[in-house]
Amino acid sequence: MKILVSIKRAIDYNVRIQIKGDGSGVVTDGVKHSINPFDEIAIEQAIRWKQAGDADEVVAVTIGGDAAAEQLRTALAFGCDRAIHVKTDDAVQPLTAARVFEALAKKEEPKVFLMGKQAIDDDANQTGQMTSALLEWPQATFASEVELSSDTAKVTREIDAGLETLDVDLPAVITTDLRLNEPRYLKLPDIMKAKKKPIEDMSVDDLGVTAAARLETVKTAPPPTREAGVMVESTEELVSKLKEKGLL
Amino acid sequence: MSNSILVVADHLNGTLNESTARAVSCAQQMSPAGIDVLVLADDGAAIAAEAAKIDGVTKVVHADNDANAHPMAATLAPQIVAAAQQGEYSHVLGPNTTFGKDLMPRVAAKLGVAMVTDIMAVHSAYEFDRPIYAGNAVDTVKAPDDQVLVASVRCASYPAAAGGGNAEVEALSLDAELPTHTRFVNLEQHKSDRPDLQTAGKVVSGGRGVGSEENFKVVYDFADKIGAGVGASRAAVDAGYVPNDMQVGQTGKIISPELYMCFGISGAIQHLAGIKDAGTIVAVNKDPEAPIFEVADIGLVGDLFKIIPELDEAVG
Repeated sequence: MKILVSIKRAIDYNVRIQIKGDGSGVVTDGVKHSINPFDEIAIEQAIRWKQAGDADEVVAVTIGGDAAAEQLRTALAFGCDRAIHVKTDDAVQPLTAARVFEALAKKEEPKVFLMGKQAIDDDANQTGQMTSALLEWPQATFASEVELSSDTAKVTREIDAGLETLDVDLPAVITTDLRLNEPRYLKLPDIMKAKKKPIEDMSVDDLGVTAAARLETVKTAPPPTREAGVMVESTEELVSKLKEKGLL
Repeated sequence: MSNSILVVADHLNGTLNESTARAVSCAQQMSPAGIDVLVLADDGAAIAAEAAKIDGVTKVVHADNDANAHPMAATLAPQIVAAAQQGEYSHVLGPNTTFGKDLMPRVAAKLGVAMVTDIMAVHSAYEFDRPIYAGNAVDTVKAPDDQVLVASVRCASYPAAAGGGNAEVEALSLDAELPTHTRFVNLEQHKSDRPDLQTAGKVVSGGRGVGSEENFKVVYDFADKIGAGVGASRAAVDAGYVPNDMQVGQTGKIISPELYMCFGISGAIQHLAGIKDAGTIVAVNKDPEAPIFEVADIGLVGDLFKIIPELDEAVG
């Protein structure tokens, strides 16, 4: 079984982001970037399937500028067999990303297309659902457990009401939630080995994809700030403050 | 062209979710000619009747189908696309609950249009604010006005539209082919008599500092005393103290209670993203350097196992 995993290069989750003074976005130059954490969970899952003998090939794919090759190397160090880099310097929005992934899925014909449920930069939470819609495949989003069979997958999803289980035919798009697994730490030999693995470069045009209509970002601003709070010394003082506000 | 908005109702077990009325509040700010609510269920008459009471709703349309017994995006999306096209709506909105997050992008892709996630402010019918980077920045985005606008509404940014309305209800027949590739197996629902996290006026939360599943009892007991819903940080969920549906934060639930009291939560930015709209934030943590104190309205440094019993006593 072949597994496709998409990854996105994003500002590392530990970085406190800075907004540019002119409101044209957030500062990305000289800022640490990593694989979007949800995508790392997707890679880990695919590699676990491979190690368990459920998958025989894992292919990592990304869309982005030259720098995104660094994240593909990391994916290869996890144990992905090869990688595809769809190169573009444009900021790619979800529907266009989904069109690229649709084209890649038709070319590669995986049984499962694994993706993170959202990227922690734009927090859009759209690409997985859009890709499966374009392919007319089943979607199982926010997965916390996946039981793979040869033609179906049983997926437990984290939803507001609790844990929902769906049974989907393969091929399907599955998007990962936090508790699906805990990604491994990479070892130096794996990182060295990854340098020899192939990355295939292609362009959006090579795939015959036209970009979708875009949302235009008018400006990026800091969020509304909350007024500074107070520290109290005792439970008594806390209770009286809350009573003052009519909250208790 | 005047705007008319279709709001997709979120409901479960025959009850309308309050997020629907919040999405209607957001829709009202776009000054549309009409706001219709779409109920897709196996037997949606009662849910439709509830939706008809939401103030500002023009009409409720419901399409009953056995395939809608459990909400699944793959089944619902083609029906929503059909409803949007039959009704010639300019906008299709859903709440940003897990129901809407799962569903709305599938609708947008089938319509071939871009989507706006998490509308938190409306500037015009096509220009909105939305949070990025876990709410640490806000983008103002303009969507193309020559195509259907599909969006999810960040429910914590909008109050539920009032009741008291009396919209007409219409059964709808939709021309949509439904896939059979996705099957519902079961829903493991964590039963609770406590107020729902996303609509509660008061929420009490616990984090890693609570220490164990057993210790969480003090949090539950205090919440019950003041009639609060109970939430948790990701750390507490990951550690197995509480079920996943209690997680508050960037990827969990975004909440907006009048009072939020958190105990033993350090305040990772991912957690703060979920509580920024709370009226008053109270933080109790034994670490005076915990980042939660940077956003708390009232902070108290101390041991939660000493402070919660004192609070219990004070509120009687």
